[in-house]
Order: sequence, then structure tokens, then C-alpha cells
Amino acid sequence: MAYSEKVIDHYENPRNVGKMDADAPNVGTGMVGAPACGDVMRLQIEVDDNGIIKDAKFKTYGCGSAIASSSLATEWMKGKTLDEAEQIKNTTIAEELALPPVKIHCSVLAEDAIKAAVRDYKEKQAK
Amino acid sequence: MKLPIYLDYSATTPIDPRVAQKMIECLTMEGNFGNPASRSHVYGWRAEEAVENARQQVADLVNADPREIVWTSGATESDNLAIKGVAHFYSTKGKHLITSKIEHKAVLDTMRQLEREGFEVTYLEPSEEGIITAEQVEAALREDTILVSIMHVNNEIGTVNDIAAIGEVTRARKILFHVDAAQSAGKMPIDLETLKVDLMSFSAHKAYGPKGIGALYVRRKPRVRLEAQMHGGGHERGMRSGTLATHQIVGMGEAFAIAGQDMEKDNQRITKLSTRFYEQLQDMEEVYLNGSQTQRLPHFLNLSFNYVEGESLMMSLRDLAVSSGSACTSASLEPSYVLRALGRNDELAHSSIRFTFGRFTTEEEVDHAVTQVREAVGKLRALSPLWDMYKDGVDLSKVVWQAH
Repeated sequence: MAYSEKVIDHYENPRNVGKMDADAPNVGTGMVGAPACGDVMRLQIEVDDNGIIKDAKFKTYGCGSAIASSSLATEWMKGKTLDEAEQIKNTTIAEELALPPVKIHCSVLAEDAIKAAVRDYKEKQAK
Repeated sequence: MKLPIYLDYSATTPIDPRVAQKMIECLTMEGNFGNPASRSHVYGWRAEEAVENARQQVADLVNADPREIVWTSGATESDNLAIKGVAHFYSTKGKHLITSKIEHKAVLDTMRQLEREGFEVTYLEPSEEGIITAEQVEAALREDTILVSIMHVNNEIGTVNDIAAIGEVTRARKILFHVDAAQSAGKMPIDLETLKVDLMSFSAHKAYGPKGIGALYVRRKPRVRLEAQMHGGGHERGMRSGTLATHQIVGMGEAFAIAGQDMEKDNQRITKLSTRFYEQLQDMEEVYLNGSQTQRLPHFLNLSFNYVEGESLMMSLRDLAVSSGSACTSASLEPSYVLRALGRNDELAHSSIRFTFGRFTTEEEVDHAVTQVREAVGKLRALSPLWDMYKDGVDLSKVVWQAH
């Protein structure tokens, strides 16, 4: 698979790798994908009192473009409001990373992970 | 050390320099360039002599009669000729064939084509180790079975089938037995005098010969008949027309002759190297050998590194030329059908890497490969949510995933 330099950069130097306390009230966790399909993304956000995403972390099991997509997603989410984060589209991720057509599903997964993390945080807050 | 290190010998091998030299001598005006079918001059006679010498060399490696060797373009063509050729010739006798789920695509796709033509095919399930037994074959035989096709050594996992035992079963019922020996010829002894195999496919480029040339063994006693798939000048006793490629054929002959001479020495070296490689990974957690521990050629190590995805692993193994059973490396996005047929879960199929060692592999290369594998797996596990969960004691099979 011939990847773009950006994919390789994110793969070689993934940003924001890590794990947050999923039980903390100010943390939202999104886990999407399935091992049987070859990719699982866990994306976590820490939200401050103003509803701004202070920090984001990820861990991904998957191919190079899945790792790059989630790494990029964490970069883009930081400093955004929840609503802004939800606006991040898979097509923008795919474009930024110049993903080959067979790897578009990796960016879709990243978008799903963002939405899942935001949803998890909102559900916690609603309780 | 030449980088990347080539550990994909079961995909193809480089041509042995001794083979290349012989081939070069059959190309130019100064060399043996004639058409082996030209009967009217010395150019043709000399070429024919070289071709017949090579035929003898191939026959010698497998203890066959040279008249039983038919040149083809490779093992894929040999498989096609054997299976379609038998099916079409004997179709009035019966329309049932037997094969296994983990054959090479050259066999499986040929079988699919025959199904479209009205034949019926039984696909045997291998054991977890990737073995097809004679008992399984016997149980699947029917009154109208005309051919059984089972590979000798599997190209992904290197498991070895007991073709001697399967041959006893088929011969007793006068059913033809075809064996794809692309991966075994030159790597283990084959004696067609004692084996009850009727047709056997060979490839040159898996045994340090050139690509584009192979052979099909067609037994004379008891005689096996085939319907030709390629029509033309009636070459190769009418079984396969087309001008013989002298340089390719000479290359295959020389490669098989060297394989015969060096087999013991090569195998000892390769066993030592693959053991050295595998032993240095023994202390790693969650590494699985795919295939059989015992009934396997030492040249192959197909390993699954659990919780790490194969394609990303290969990206980290930048100094290694290997292949993976991961879906992401295939155009179809399906993980290896071989590993799935063994009952391996999809995760392990996605996490598999095939290392194959060969004549030119060195200790230094093996040690470098080990270092890189350990580093890469460590790095990717640190990045893997599945590894986290495993370490936290979560049973991954109980998690409800969102398949996509």
C-alpha cells in the first residue's frame, strides 16, 4: 500500500496516544470498530467547564490509515467545542491524509469515534 | 546486509546464479537459441537436446520418467491442465471432484470453473493444523468421483499433507490423484515411483529457477489421459502446444538439479535459521504459530501477533520483505481464507505475518529480523486498545463490537 507522507508521519509519530479514566465525569469515550474487521478505535476526550475539549487521546488497532485517521482526529478535536468537534467530517480527514479509496472506511471510523466520544460525554453530563 | 531483508521465499525465490548462467547461454546468436521443434538443422537439434536434458533433471528430482514431464508456463497452468484436462477427458465416467478449502487459488478457481460447467466439487475442511487426512478423502469418495486434488505443502502455512496415504486410498478406487507440489518440490524428497500420485504440478520460481516455467507430471503407468487446454503444433505429446522456451526450461532443469544436490544441506541450514528466529520470539506474549507444529516444512513460519494488525505491523517492519494474511493487504479486504479455514478467529488472521526462509537467508538477517519484529510489535501493542483490554483482563470475545 502506497501511503501519503501525512499518513506515514502520523503512523510513525502518532499524536496523543494514551488512555484516560473512562469513569471520570468530564471524560467521554468512544470505541468503534471490531477486531474481526481489522480495526478498533478508542477515542477519549476531556472536556472543561466551558464545554471545550481540553485534551484528546486515542489508541487504535488497525492498519496504518486507521492509526493516522485517529491520530489526526485527536489533533483536530483539541481546543474545539463539542459542537465543533461533531462537525469534523470523514471526508475532511480522508482528504487531509490523501487516503486511497479502499481506506476511506478508516476515516469513517474516525468520524464515528468522535461522535461516540461526544455522545458518551453528553450522556454522562445528562445524568 | 542487503535491505530490506527478503523473507518471502514462498512467494518467489531469486534465481540461483548457477541457474542464471545456464539460461544466459540459451539466448543470443552465439548461444543455444534454436527452436527445439526445428528438425532440419543443428540449431534445433541442440535446443532439443538441452530441453530433453532439463526434462531428465526435473524427472530425476522426483524419481519419474522424463516422458512423464510436460512443460507448462508454471504451476497455475499445470493445475489448470491437470484438473480441467482430467475432468473433460473423463467426464463420461463421472462428474465429481474432491479438493480442500485451503488449496492455492489456481486449484480453487479451476474447480469453480468446472462447477459452472456442471461438475460437482467437494471441498474438504482441513484440521486446525491445516491437514487433510486420507480418511477424510476416503469418506468423501463417491461412485462418480473422477479426481482428487490435494496440495503437498500449503503455501501460506507450510503444512505437509500425507500424500502417500491419500494416494493409497485413491488408487484402490482407481480415482485419479493430482498434487500441487509447487511449494514442496526441491524442499523435501518426492518419489513418484512409490507415491501413488497420478498428476503433480511443479513451478521453477519457487525453487531458485525462473518465473514463467513449470511442469506437470502425467503418469504413464497406469496411464493418465488429459484433454489439452492449449491447442497448436502438438508439442509435448499433444498435451500442451506452444514453442518450448529453451532458456526457461534449461533454467528449471538446472534449478531442480541443484535442489536435488543441495536439499539436505539447504534444509539443515534453513531449519537452523527458522528455529533461531522462532526461539528468539518465544518469550513474547500472545504469539501463535499458524499451521502444524510437527507436520510442517521448516522454511515457513506463519505467526499471528495477537492485538496487532498485520498491515500496520508490516509498515513497521520496514527492513523486512514479508507477507501478511491481513485483510488490509488484500484488494478484497478479506483476511486470509487459509487461516479462516483453520478455524482461526478473524483477529488472528488479521494479525498474521508469513516469514519464509530460503537458500540465501543468513544468521545476521534472522537476528535483525527478530529485533525489528520485537520492536514493532511492542510499539503497536502500546498503541492498541485491544492490548490494553487484554492486559486489564477483559475477555474480548464477550465484548459487543460494532462491526462495520
